[in-house]
Amino acid sequence: MTALPPTTAETLPPSAARGPLARFGRLLLSEYFVLVLCVLYVAAIYPVVPEMLTWQVAQNVLTDMMPLLVVAIGQTFVLIVAGIDLSVTAIISMSAVVGASVMTGTGGYLGGSALAVPGALIAMGAVGLGIGLLNGFAVVTLNMPSFIVTLATRMFFAGAAVWYVTFHSTSSSIANLPPGFTGFATGSLFGVPLTVVVAALIAVLAHVLLSRTEFGRWVYAVGANPRAARVSGIPVERTILSTFVISGVCASVAAAMYSSRMQTGSPILGENILLDVIGAVVIGGTSLFGGKGKIVWTVFGVLFLVLLDTSLKLLGASLFLIYIIKGGVILLAALVDALRNRILVSR
Amino acid sequence: MSDAAASAPLLEVRGLRKSFFGVTVLHDVDFAMRAGEALGLVGENGSGKSTSMNILGGVHRPDAGTMLLEGRAYAPQTPKDASRAGVAFIHQELNLFPNLSVEENLFVDAFPRRGVFPFIAPLFIDRRAIRRATEAVLREVDLAIKPSTPVAKLSQGERQLVEIAKALSRQAKLIIFDEPTTSLTRPEVERLFSIIARLKRRGIGIIYISHTLEDVLRVCETVTVLRDGHHAGTAPAETLSLQKIISLMVGRSIDQIFPARGKPPGAKPALEVEGLTQRGVAENISFSIREGEIVGLAGLMGSGRSELARMIFGLDPFARGEIRVSGVPLTNPTPASAMEAGLAFLTEDRRGEGLLMDFSVAENTVLASLRSLAGTLGFIDTRKVNEVSRETARAMRLSTDRVEDTSAKHLSGGNQQKVVIGKWLRRQPKVFILDEPTRGIDVGAKQEVYRIVNALTERGSAVLLISSEIEELIGLSDRILAISKGEITGEFARKPFDREAIMAAATRLAGHESFSAKAAPERVSA
Repeated sequence: MTALPPTTAETLPPSAARGPLARFGRLLLSEYFVLVLCVLYVAAIYPVVPEMLTWQVAQNVLTDMMPLLVVAIGQTFVLIVAGIDLSVTAIISMSAVVGASVMTGTGGYLGGSALAVPGALIAMGAVGLGIGLLNGFAVVTLNMPSFIVTLATRMFFAGAAVWYVTFHSTSSSIANLPPGFTGFATGSLFGVPLTVVVAALIAVLAHVLLSRTEFGRWVYAVGANPRAARVSGIPVERTILSTFVISGVCASVAAAMYSSRMQTGSPILGENILLDVIGAVVIGGTSLFGGKGKIVWTVFGVLFLVLLDTSLKLLGASLFLIYIIKGGVILLAALVDALRNRILVSR
Repeated sequence: MSDAAASAPLLEVRGLRKSFFGVTVLHDVDFAMRAGEALGLVGENGSGKSTSMNILGGVHRPDAGTMLLEGRAYAPQTPKDASRAGVAFIHQELNLFPNLSVEENLFVDAFPRRGVFPFIAPLFIDRRAIRRATEAVLREVDLAIKPSTPVAKLSQGERQLVEIAKALSRQAKLIIFDEPTTSLTRPEVERLFSIIARLKRRGIGIIYISHTLEDVLRVCETVTVLRDGHHAGTAPAETLSLQKIISLMVGRSIDQIFPARGKPPGAKPALEVEGLTQRGVAENISFSIREGEIVGLAGLMGSGRSELARMIFGLDPFARGEIRVSGVPLTNPTPASAMEAGLAFLTEDRRGEGLLMDFSVAENTVLASLRSLAGTLGFIDTRKVNEVSRETARAMRLSTDRVEDTSAKHLSGGNQQKVVIGKWLRRQPKVFILDEPTRGIDVGAKQEVYRIVNALTERGSAVLLISSEIEELIGLSDRILAISKGEITGEFARKPFDREAIMAAATRLAGHESFSAKAAPERVSA
């Protein structure tokens, strides 16, 4: 326990001390900076927690990472247009309970039918789409700051999800989900877990959308300067609206992953992951001020955060210590971002 | 003030040298000035004006050279040192807090304090002292507003006077004006000049930096020209002409600022506007522009000239009226539909609306024509983006062709403007609306812009040109419309244009109302 803080503190400075300053600068600016950090971190923690490099732990890291990654990908879009979506966890809860109420064997709308699972998946997606649209419309047409809008929808739907369960279940969640659905969490395709396949597909799709299409260019332009984007004929409102919809739908995909793993539709499923999501995206290097960000960065950011989480749990660190360290790391990420910008400006 | 003091230099700068990252931007520059005089400092962008002023203002430190202020060594380490020594800087973008009142702005970094208890450091802001001091300096700059007025409510010209008042309240001996007239209406400019004259009579030295050379000649006793960081010449203003200054600035003589047009305008109308009306902004505005024609729009800031352009391009709403592009009606325009119809719009706010400053030249160049670069499946080919951007950069004679890794903010004003123009030319617009295309860019870049505009009309595009510089309108336009308070107040056909008549029409209806609509009930002119 006492050896912990120095160990984590060592992960950043060594690269600075080892090479000359220029090489450190180049590393800081590199796309793969956070990935390098992940490797360094694992190398540094390995002597203390050799379990880190076992197949079992690697698999845990992967499964823990996938739902978080999918939500973070959606969040990346919103952050690039200089917005923020705080409602993602409420969307996860709401999608989970609505989906469960459709497919549960005990009194579900489509319970027992062959259409139960597809119907539930459609319902979950619709919830994400709907709340995303609501967020987007409020931001775009009412011109409200996304922070307030999504804070409000977050509270509203977090409450609504709990309330919704009371109509469909006597307990605090909706259980008895069909095996076709719960099998998703444990299933695999050619040895690759299904959740990984789905998350990878979404990541690739999101990456292509952002980096290779007209819409992607719109997203960056709107985030960098909405006025200039508007003058250049870019549909600014539609672009912002779309990012909230993307974030909403991504959250409902994560809801499917979570409830499949928990085998229940719980209204408090994703309650604690909000700061992990935003923290991971920011650690990756996406700017909260908009105009800057990449899906690859988000993947690395999520990976780093999950590695940190897993290793600390393996060390037997208490929950509060994990929070303290995660908070410190996110602060450090913000510092590194500022440092990067200073290097970029001075070049 | 004794004769000896008046004739001794207020400021003497010798052998100023400065380099950034190994690039020397100032080579042994000297200049000097006396108290109660104005020194004009002119040069193209990048000639070293800003750097020398930043050294004077304590922002940068010189690599070599000496400065004497009132005969004493002057080497400010920070802007605060400069301010304490009596050097005030009135920047192009004013440094006021719009959310604070005038008096708070004047004293924001040095509030007079008032103690309540003996032996305890004074803790409370002395509101009454602030008010008295503010009222006194506001009187000196002829600004009849209450000290408690929030700066946000003041016009651009009034804000500038507040900045001058701030300088006066710090007992400034030397006031540096950087492009003070770019965002002022003509009456505001006149008022500024009379205040400057008064400052000079009081023995304050003025350094006046501007691209508007006529103003420099009017305001200053002496003019110093910088070119590429070298001192290109200093002469009394009365011995200089515009031509002479320009040739000193660019290092060669320029016989013709406005290049000759190759082809007369065509016959078919490219843009027709009929009865465009929006309450308080535009009143029944009708006009048309033919293919290959340049129509100038002469008006003051706030006359509705930019608003008219924004309505046509779908950025601002209008209540009534019809717009046709090549005879095809453009109903309820949005920027996207206006662009589809063949319009292009260069806004007056290059940094705020024209460019994504942090993005590369390439990304900016293709921003308005992304669809044309999308291949099968709608994917954008980055290699093609870079290729067409490089092509555009060459056609615009941009200073760099490393389009993919030069960000827009690292270009000079003139080159930035070329990027914006290039972005629109990629769409081959039928009608190009140019709002202040040469604001804040140097003479050489201006000529480039004129050349590009002429080439555009030769291809048959129509141009609506909005400019605060009457010489530019007269030099380029085939026809000039005067606009004032949202109404077209005059139309002037091809040369020789009657400059006086155009000015009169552009300021008709406007008069004193636009001058001081918000504050100042009674202004006694000096």
